[in-house]
Amino acid sequence: MNDSRLPRDFVAKHVSGLPRSGIRDFFGMVSTREGVISLSIGEPDFVTPWHIREAAIYALEHGATSYTSNLGLLRLRRAIGDYARRSYGLTYSPQDEVLITVGVSEALDLAIRAVVEPGDEVIYHEPCYVSYSPVIKLAFGTPVGVSTQRAHGFRLRPQDLAAVITPKSKVLLLNFPTNPTGAVLTRADLDGIAALAREHDLLVISDEVYSELTYDAERVSIAALPGMRERTIFLNGLSKAWAMTGFRMGFACAPPPLIEAMMKIHQYSMLCAPILSQEASVEALRNGDADVAEMREAYNDRRHYIHTALNAMGLPCHLPGGAFYVFPYIGGTGMSSHDFSMRLLEEENVACVPGTAFGPSGEGYLRCSYATAMDEIKEAMVRMQRFMGRLSA
Amino acid sequence: MDKLLKLLKENALETPENLARMLDTSVEDVKARIAAYEQNGIICGYRAVVNEDQLDIEKVSAVIEVKITPERGGGYDRMATRISRFAQVDSLYLMSGTYDLLVFISGRTLQEVATFVNEQLATIEGVRSTTTHFTLKTYKDQGVLMKIEDDHERLPVTP
Repeated sequence: MNDSRLPRDFVAKHVSGLPRSGIRDFFGMVSTREGVISLSIGEPDFVTPWHIREAAIYALEHGATSYTSNLGLLRLRRAIGDYARRSYGLTYSPQDEVLITVGVSEALDLAIRAVVEPGDEVIYHEPCYVSYSPVIKLAFGTPVGVSTQRAHGFRLRPQDLAAVITPKSKVLLLNFPTNPTGAVLTRADLDGIAALAREHDLLVISDEVYSELTYDAERVSIAALPGMRERTIFLNGLSKAWAMTGFRMGFACAPPPLIEAMMKIHQYSMLCAPILSQEASVEALRNGDADVAEMREAYNDRRHYIHTALNAMGLPCHLPGGAFYVFPYIGGTGMSSHDFSMRLLEEENVACVPGTAFGPSGEGYLRCSYATAMDEIKEAMVRMQRFMGRLSA
Repeated sequence: MDKLLKLLKENALETPENLARMLDTSVEDVKARIAAYEQNGIICGYRAVVNEDQLDIEKVSAVIEVKITPERGGGYDRMATRISRFAQVDSLYLMSGTYDLLVFISGRTLQEVATFVNEQLATIEGVRSTTTHFTLKTYKDQGVLMKIEDDHERLPVTP
């Protein structure tokens, strides 16, 4: 009995092998300090619009406390079907092509687990959201990251994608607009990527949770391109554009066999998404377009403000086409992302996430969120400018 | 509406430098546009939205429904204009429905407001009746909630 297992020995190897999220370490540093202005928050500073909150209260008052169908409330699936049609020209049947999930995070996990077998290669672009590579590994897939560059606005160029496709490639994971870079694809990029997906028989999982927050270009989903609907799982959710992060509402739209496969996992692990969040989402999708437009306009003012201010202080950054992040290049200071964010935090009490939290290709960059009140952004820019002044002195 | 006007309606104290950054234009352009709006009367003034309930001042507000006899030729205009000239009147609207004018007034005391209504407003020839409602508490004024939304703390770092 002297070789009995310690608690840590019970942890599965493919879980203990996952790196801790860099964001969590940074969180530990920030939360011990007073007076920090945080540009490291990946959620809206707006409270959910009142009529949406009120719909949840109304539902609760009227006893909406039960399970829903595994797929989610049919009324909500219909509202999602209408939304997909009016916003992207996509047609999905509420009966068997829409699944309501607990945030887009769950939808992404379900999609990967439903299609990936051990050894399958899943291609994703980097810098990217922190969960992509771990979720692929947890499904025993092989993550294949493609670096995107500032010179190309952090777009995924078809030629860079083509270079990593192998006979084992099965899935392409897209997230445009991108967290953390705010990148958006051009129509030509999308056409090129779609052509490669068709040619190499790839399934595309498209996480479009930021697509409502697209500022300059027209929103186009890859699922709407010719021959793509049958090989795309379209993911979206209400967290960002409707300012509903805490409601945890996401959804997936795809052909019936894919939704059925995802639903099986969802049914055995989650059963269904919370009913109150679903009721609130019905109201959001039916009557929330004006709120989204108003918040998008506020983010757009801040986007221009922060982009101009960062470039003026000697931190070059591209104008992000979507989401609520700017991704300035700090490599010119000679510091690493980690050192720059730590010194900025210690000396000026401004928190920005080091680019390396979003993958190795984020080295040399910082993620600054502008989902923060304008007054805070202004003060943060004053502090950062002072910091930059000291560096160059 | 011009985006510049919208931003100024939200915060009239915003500096031209900040407005220029938000609108992705030059400071000179912002200053010139504001000057033009002031010149042609589109911007009529700048003032703070003050929650007077919080101040230790004597102030009473009331809403008065006024029925008047319209006049041949002028309708309600002459009477409405005449009443709106009183300094006590903050706002005045011609309404459809069971009365004609809705008059928002304020004064230092209940007595002062009552005196204005009884002696100056009700006695005007053509005013048929008045119904006075005193304001008890302000919850929202000019689109601004008087109670600041409860501040739920967001996590300082999220992915």
